[in-house]
Amino acid sequence: MDPKNSFKQKAKEARDKKAIYGDDIDLTKYSNPQPHIHKEIDDLSDLKSHKNLKILRKSGFSENDSRVSGSYLQYDFDTICHKNNDSGVEVLPIDVALEEYSDWIQDYWWKNIAIDTDKFTANTELNMTRGYFIRAKAGAKITYPLQSCLFISRNFGAQNVHNIVIAEEKSDIHIITGCATSAKAGLHIGVSEFYVKEGAALTFTMVHNWAENFYVRPRTVTTVAAGGKFNSNYIALEPVKSLQLFPTTILKEDATARYNSILYGHPNTIMDVGGKVILEGNGARAEVLSRAVSAGGKIIARGILDGKASGIKAHLACDGLILAESGIIHAVPELIADRPDLEMSHEASIGKIGEDQLNYLMARGMTEEEATDAIVRGFLSIDITGLRPEIAAELEKMTTLPKGY
Amino acid sequence: MLKIENLKVEVTDEPDKVILDDLNLNIPEGEVHVLFGPNGSGKSTLLQTIMGFPAYRVLEGSILFRGEDITNKSITERAKLGLGISMQRPPNIPGLKLQKLAEFLVNQRRETTAEIGYIAKKLEMREFLSRDLNVHFSGGEIKRSELLQLLLQAPKFILLDEPESGVDIQALKLIGEMTNVLLGTSPRQPTYPWDKSRGGLVITHTGHILDYIHVDRGHVMCHGHIGCSGTPSRLLDDIRNLGYPECAKCHRFTSKDLSLKIT
Repeated sequence: MDPKNSFKQKAKEARDKKAIYGDDIDLTKYSNPQPHIHKEIDDLSDLKSHKNLKILRKSGFSENDSRVSGSYLQYDFDTICHKNNDSGVEVLPIDVALEEYSDWIQDYWWKNIAIDTDKFTANTELNMTRGYFIRAKAGAKITYPLQSCLFISRNFGAQNVHNIVIAEEKSDIHIITGCATSAKAGLHIGVSEFYVKEGAALTFTMVHNWAENFYVRPRTVTTVAAGGKFNSNYIALEPVKSLQLFPTTILKEDATARYNSILYGHPNTIMDVGGKVILEGNGARAEVLSRAVSAGGKIIARGILDGKASGIKAHLACDGLILAESGIIHAVPELIADRPDLEMSHEASIGKIGEDQLNYLMARGMTEEEATDAIVRGFLSIDITGLRPEIAAELEKMTTLPKGY
Repeated sequence: MLKIENLKVEVTDEPDKVILDDLNLNIPEGEVHVLFGPNGSGKSTLLQTIMGFPAYRVLEGSILFRGEDITNKSITERAKLGLGISMQRPPNIPGLKLQKLAEFLVNQRRETTAEIGYIAKKLEMREFLSRDLNVHFSGGEIKRSELLQLLLQAPKFILLDEPESGVDIQALKLIGEMTNVLLGTSPRQPTYPWDKSRGGLVITHTGHILDYIHVDRGHVMCHGHIGCSGTPSRLLDDIRNLGYPECAKCHRFTSKDLSLKIT
């Protein structure tokens, strides 16, 4: 059978398959966007007068072209901008890449993730609404970050994107991707297959800015080849109805992965967030850190380290802070090992803001609100290593809490 | 400047556990007083009560600061009126950089951040600005960090809880000199336009800090009230020669009548 047909066949069979984690979602409530609704922009500076510029900026997307190595902006179905500023990178809408690289792209298409993982992956195959293809060419050290944003503009609109990122041998790239909306309700499903080749480094910073009635189900799997590095930073500070993601990373020999997650659970929010690192190669290393603050929402912070080879070192840490009576944080750290010559550990803590901390800062002249803000912000600031200064500054801005939390 | 009248204070979480009783204290404008007393006599409780920390509850009496009754004011209000405190064991605040707090303090006074680097350098604290507040600070580093914060906060009246405890001799010199600057009692006022009208109340267990700062008057505290008051050096001599147990036996101590104080 033609592989395309076999993909569709598999997807059809799995279209109602419930996911392991998270509430089930009735996908029929959301309509898939049609193409050719949004106009393309010629230049990023055109965004200066864009009505959603503030939201884009907050999601890490800049209208300043000189500080980025490339850009990808998708509104609903339409790619309204994609460009490369650096000869070492390539950014394309996924359907264009599928055509252009039809001779080899099949090696990266549904290879990390099985189509029939759950109804969300299946639905993405059946009703794909584009996505991006990003490639850092072999040996290219990309100075500026590459930015992307996936935007939902219609109420009850859906996005089922399929992204591929390839960091070729010895390349080094940072991608900042924002997911954002101007609507109140919607559904976002993102299948992302990342390939970090031998000796390459990929830093992937994802910022989610959804809204009160959004359901979000990303599906991300990364394979890191020998000596490769994968840093994943995830920031979700805005309200969302239900968010569930469980990215998985497979590490080969001497490869490393570091996950940092910064989560803020507003009232009426459920965040089921975590990650799994499978350490398959000898000498692989992983660190999974999360900081979760609940202001009334429910946060489940999962983490699984699965050690399968010799000389592995891995650590999992989850810290939670509950600000409101109705807040719930559930930390689920797991370690799996089937051999003695490795080292894995985990720690988890949940608490509230100390009265002594508040009093201390208030004695310096802060109001109770300012003191709470300073303590929470401090708690959420994970030292994210390996970031270039301008990105670190950008991240610090992002971790500035929304007003009136 | 600070006037405390008939103060009775209990531990908020343990009602009926009265720590301060019938305590009276008057510190005139611009004066720095020192508080002696054995461990557990209520010195730290008094400082924290003046600052308004909720661990203690005022049952009777009043605290007046520059003529205004602050007995029921919040910590923030007291700080904004010009009270500042240096804590013995301040809490860790992970992720909050000392620099960030320093910026808040100078912004509050509408000063420029240039002050931060200058004072941090004086206190040999520059590399601590990028550190998380109090996290893994040693005893001496805590003291210098508290001094840095207070110098930037520039309160009118400063409450210092054992500024020299846990500090080695070398660091004591630096801490003593900078405390002097903070209290505005230094004979050689360097670069700051520090206010001569500043007052303070300093707790000392050992008295070592008195080698560096000028204090106008001393008080000895025992069992939750001030037993006697007088010239700091005289009081300190008595305490050193006789020890607190003997000191407490002194006839002056049994009376709450402060007219019997030595001068």
